[in-house]
This record gives sequence, structure tokens and C-alpha cells, in this order.
Amino acid sequence: MLLIAVQSAGLFRDKVSPMLRQFSLAMRSMASSEMTVRDALNSALDEELARDDKVYILGEEVGEYQGAYKITRGLLQKYGADRVKDTPITEAGFCGIAVGSAFAGLKPVCEFMTFNFAMQGIDQIINSAAKTLYMSAGQISCPIVFRGPNGAAAGVAAQHSQCFAAWYSHCPGLKVLAPYDAEDARGLLKAAIRDPDPVVFLENEILYGQSFPVTPEVLDKDFTLPIGKAKLMRKGKDLTLVAFSKMVGYCLTVAEKLSKEGIEIEVINLRSIKPLDRETIVNSVRKTHRAMFVEEGWPQCGVGSEIVTVIQEHAFDELDAPVVRVTGAEIPMPYAANLEIQALPQIDDIITAARKLAKK
Amino acid sequence: MYLIRLKESLSCQSISTYAWGCLRQISTSLKTQDDGSGTNYIDLPGGKVPLTGNLTFIGGPLQGPRIATYRTVDMTGRPVDGAHVPNNLDREISIKIYKTMATLQTMDTLFYEAQRQGRFSFYLTSQGEEATTVGSAAALHPEDIVFAQYREQGVLLWRGYTLAQFSNQLFGNNKDPGKGRQMPIHYGSKELNYHTISSPLATQLPHAVGAAYALKLSGSNAVTVAYFGEGAASEGDAHAAFNFAATLEVPCVFICRNNGYAISTPASEQYRGDGIVARGPMYGISAIRVDGGDVRAMYNAVREARQMAVASCRPVLVEAMSYRSGHHSTSDDSSRYRTTDEMRSWRARDPVARFRYWVQLQDWWSDKEEQAMRVTTRQQVLEAMEEAAKVPKASVSEMFTDVYSGPHLPWNLEEQYANTLKALEESPELKPSDMPIVSQ
Repeated sequence: MLLIAVQSAGLFRDKVSPMLRQFSLAMRSMASSEMTVRDALNSALDEELARDDKVYILGEEVGEYQGAYKITRGLLQKYGADRVKDTPITEAGFCGIAVGSAFAGLKPVCEFMTFNFAMQGIDQIINSAAKTLYMSAGQISCPIVFRGPNGAAAGVAAQHSQCFAAWYSHCPGLKVLAPYDAEDARGLLKAAIRDPDPVVFLENEILYGQSFPVTPEVLDKDFTLPIGKAKLMRKGKDLTLVAFSKMVGYCLTVAEKLSKEGIEIEVINLRSIKPLDRETIVNSVRKTHRAMFVEEGWPQCGVGSEIVTVIQEHAFDELDAPVVRVTGAEIPMPYAANLEIQALPQIDDIITAARKLAKK
Repeated sequence: MYLIRLKESLSCQSISTYAWGCLRQISTSLKTQDDGSGTNYIDLPGGKVPLTGNLTFIGGPLQGPRIATYRTVDMTGRPVDGAHVPNNLDREISIKIYKTMATLQTMDTLFYEAQRQGRFSFYLTSQGEEATTVGSAAALHPEDIVFAQYREQGVLLWRGYTLAQFSNQLFGNNKDPGKGRQMPIHYGSKELNYHTISSPLATQLPHAVGAAYALKLSGSNAVTVAYFGEGAASEGDAHAAFNFAATLEVPCVFICRNNGYAISTPASEQYRGDGIVARGPMYGISAIRVDGGDVRAMYNAVREARQMAVASCRPVLVEAMSYRSGHHSTSDDSSRYRTTDEMRSWRARDPVARFRYWVQLQDWWSDKEEQAMRVTTRQQVLEAMEEAAKVPKASVSEMFTDVYSGPHLPWNLEEQYANTLKALEESPELKPSDMPIVSQ
């Protein structure tokens, strides 16, 4: 039996929680510097372009403009127009071209200004990139990375705010990654570029400017993270909170706040939506017996539906309460700031739901 | 398109005041520039454009004469006087082309009939287009990468795909190089540089452009070739591919098979301009219209196009005019939308017969050889099918491989495969008799 998603509604909130910096609480004790997610992505691209001359970047505004979000800043100047290509405005076009070049042995990093616009090229992502290795019986591979901001930003409304994690993670043949902090951004992007399969790399616009501590290990030019492994950000015994991308930060804040009330929360950063790290999730639930998933996307058939199912299929007898989902409101994103806040999970929504679940 | 937020907003008034000031200051020298020839022009980010005082529109629904079709023989196969033929076909290649076309014709007929008999689910012939595919294929190099639509089995046949391989793919058996993954006619061959067919129309066009970009960066002298129908040319992907190939400057040859029909949609309903060739100049792409039923014309046009693509590293477009003599596929009955008179008049212009006439005119072929070849070819096709039908289907052990790269299955697929095997073991009645569990 599953509890229906707790929607973000005015009832659970008495003030606007600003979307401020969230620090990764699982800080390595040897943290020696900080890095924004933007710089993490930029340095990862820089290093992979230097390492393998088959890697190249294409997309709208990636070159001369230095990237719509400056993720590709400086790369055109450093590597030239053959490796960093500004494209005409056609997602179907440049996505298809990137796929074709991958079939022929290059390793494209295809940037979408947002994954919302990728819908105009989604046939190339699914029917060509994802399925061709299988259809060609292993003869033609597609070592491509599709990357760009995913999900809600701020004040950009319906056609710029959708989360596509559920859609892409549905399809066999794709790998789907969602970094949270700078370490994730570097390690997962480098792994994605080196991976022989098509990878959908879901970034978050709000996180681009946020700084996180990074160790010398993370800064190493060969630092990669394994695809398909989640990260335990914080250990706890009372409740398991699972999330990806920006919501990981929210969950960490919630965990810190509730620990003052004696509720110890274990926070799992998925990092990889496909393949999903079922083992880490189930092991955690075996320990805490209570689980909650937080995402900004819509509830029906969202990533949360899969998480809840995985838990009930593999740890049903461990549960002391139904699994809870906290998701975005099931509406196209409105523009007005107050409405947008109401439509997305806020820290207080997560706190209220977690408290309720912990006391069951 | 993303709305770029301005850091400072300029009010309407301040912009107009600024502009007015500039214009008044620099009035005469800015307004017109003279390049010395007396032509006025304006200098724009997209380049210089000349000015005129005439209020005239260009274009409109099919104005004026249509772009002419290059051909070297007439509808019966007789050479035409004065046709420009830079590369005449010698005896060896002509016989090879002819035999390939005849094999194609026989193979298409017999495979089509086999589908009607229920031996496999689907088939699509290339009747009426044998010269388009085989003639063009003969002009390409083996290292040129082909991105076809679905009616180009003639290209594969020319390159050496065997009757056995065709049959195995159609039957989806365990000898199919595609491991039974693709529906019939969706062939692919890495060795023959023929990409596995992608069903959604025109998606292969951007693929061909991207692959051409890879060739360009590697310094190769090969080209990519994208085949497509006049109907597929209406897809958004086609427009993006043309524009992109031109702006990226890549060695890609676009070959359009304008065969008159897109299932039931006649070409007259597919576009209002002068077919596909007229689009070339709009994109800055050299283009030519060719009689798709004339082997020599196809061969020469594609050979020239290829040379241009390699020499100047840019795309070229060839529009081959022909007629789809057969139904769209085994799922179609074209008598519902076209007259038998029309179909009969085009069968009389069968490209295989036209080329046979020309080859016999050179004394390189005879009626006797024709009869013998037709009998043998028919035999070979039937034998290939009989053999393929006997081979067991692709095995269950290959069902979960190649979703991802690498020798090992990811844990979720490993689990699902194990569950599948377990289910088959527990309920043996679920397993068809001709389906092996493990590859032989």
C-alpha cells in the first residue's frame, strides 16, 4: 500500500524558503578547496577534450558565446572550431548529426540549452542513439553524451521547467545520470564521456553557481565515478531519504535540522537514475525501515514511482510504514514566483513529511 | 529558443534618440555604399545583399520551366545524341551492373511472394528503381558509408550482401547478422559500410551529415551517402540535414529517389516547388536532376557528385526521377490510388529492360545468356530461402545482449534474463519448437 505523494501546498509552509547554497554534509575531511558546479563541468570537459581527440562538443551558443550558461567557457579558444561547434537552431538536426558522428567513431558531447528543447530531437535520442546498438546486433555503437539543464529553474515557466528523468530512464539502451555537487559533476561527466554507450546527463541550472568542497582526488584529471552507484551522503538510522540533483541538497538540510529533534536521517544521492543502485537503497531501508523519495518532477510515473516499487518489491517486510513521495505539483509550471514556489517541494514540505513518517 | 535576459534595458525612447543622432550625423555616407560597379548593397551579418527599386516577388507555385533531367539513353534504352557521358561504362562493369539489377528484380519478386505466403511478416520491393540504386552504388567506393532509407537493397546487393544474408535477415534466424533484432528489410552490414536501417523517415539524413563530419576530421577521402524518398524529404530532419551539411561543409552525397509516390501520396501533393533538386540552391548545395531509370546517367551523375564532395568537402544533391512500380510494401495495395494504365505504361519503361537493351546493343549480352541467367538466379533465390527457413530462429540467449556495450550484462538485465530462463523452464509450453535457448 502506498501513500500518495505529498504535494507542495501552502498548508505546509509558513514562509518562503529561499533557494540558497546547500553544502554537501558528507564532506571529506581533506577538503582543500571549493569549486562551483559550473567550473566542475567546465574542467571535466576541458580535460576530456585534451585526453581524447575524438571528443568534441556541439550545441547552440557553445562556442563564441562561451555557452548559454557558460559551461563551455574558454573551450572554443583552447580547442578550435573543429572541437567546439556552434550549430544552427535545430535540435533534431544537431542531435541527429551528433548521433551520426558517434556512429562513425567520434565522441560527441551534445549540449541542449535545456532538456525541454531536446524534445525536438528526442527521436534521435531514443530511436537512434538508444536503440541502434541493439538493432545492429552490436555492430554500431553510439558513444555520445547528451547534456544540459533539466527540471525547474526560476521564473521560466511551463516550457522551460520540465524534469525528464523519468522519460529517459524508461528507455533501455540509455544511461541516465544526475549530478548534485561539484564532485558528482566532475566524476560523472568524465565517466559519461568515456562510456561507450549513450548517456543522458541531467544538470540543474540553479546548481551551476553553487560551490562545493573538492579534494585533490576529485581534481585529478583521471577522476571518474562509477556509473550505476548511488552515494550515501549522510548516515542515519531512523529514516531513508532518497533524491537526485538539487533535492539532495534540500534533503541534507532537512537531515541536519531534524537531527536536532533526535531524528537521524540517512540521505542517498542517486547519482545514477539508470542503472539504478537498488542495492544501496534496499540496504538502507533494511536499516531504517522508513523511506521517502523527493523529486521536483510530476508524480505520475515519475522516478519516485520506480523507487517506491523497487523498495516494496525487495524490502516489503522491512517497512514499518508505506513509502512516501514528495513531488512537484501535477501542473505545467506557472510563472508567478509565489505559484512556482507552491508548485515545487520546499524544505519545509520535506521536513513536515519526514517528521510525520518518522513518528509513524 | 531561450529568452536572453538583458542586463540593462534600453528604453524605446533612448534607442530611437541614439539612432536619430547617428543618422543625422553620418547621413549620406552610411545610407548607400557603392562597390564601383554602380550596384548599391547593404552589408549584413549574413553577407552583402544588393539593393533594388523593383517591387517584385520571386518564386511562387511552380512558375516557369522545370529543372531538366539528365539522361543518356531514351526510354527504350537507345543512346541519345549529344548526351554528355564523361565515364562510359565498359563491358565488365556493365555486365556486373546488369546481372545485379536482374538478380534484384528476381529477388524482389520471390521475396514479395514469400511474404504473401506468410513466411515472414513484411517485404518491400524496389521495382522500377533498380537503375537508381545499382547505378548509383556502382559509382561509389566501398569505403563510402551508406545511410539508406529502406528501398535500397540494390546498393547492398551490389556491395556483396548475399542472397543467404538477405534471406536470413527476413526469416530472423540465428544466422542473421542482425540476430533477429530488426524487422524484415531493415538490413545492416558493418563490413559493407551500410548502416542498419532506421525506420523513422529521414533520421538517416542528419546521421549521414554527422558521419561525414567524422570523415572530414579524420582526413579521409570517403563520402557518406544518404538515400531518401521525395516523401521523406518533407521531414524536418531533411531540412536540418541539408542546412547543416552546407554550413558544416562536409562530404555528404544526398541521393533522392523521387519515385512519384509516398505510399498513396503522389509527388504532386508532397511539395509545391520544383521537386527536391530545386531545394539544393536554397541551401547553397549543388544539385542535379537525373533520369533514375538510366543506369549510365545515374552512374555518371553520382560519380561527378562524389568527386565534387571529396574535392571541395561539401554536400551535393542528386534527385533521381523514377517510378515506384510495385506497391509501397506488402501492407499496401496501390490499385486503390492509381490506375492500371499508369502502372502499365511505367512497366513498359522498366529500367532493367532499358539497360538490357543498351547492353545487348553493345553486343555484350544475348537472349540466350538472359534466359540462362534468369533460370539460375531464380533457383539461387529459392534455395537461399529454403535454407534460411530451416535455420532455427535467433536464440533467447541473445535477447538481452547489445542493449549496452561490453561483454557483461548490467545487473538488471542479468536478472531479467535469469527470470526469463526460469519461466521457460517452469512452463515449457511457452517455448516455440524452433526457438533455441542458447546460440548454436
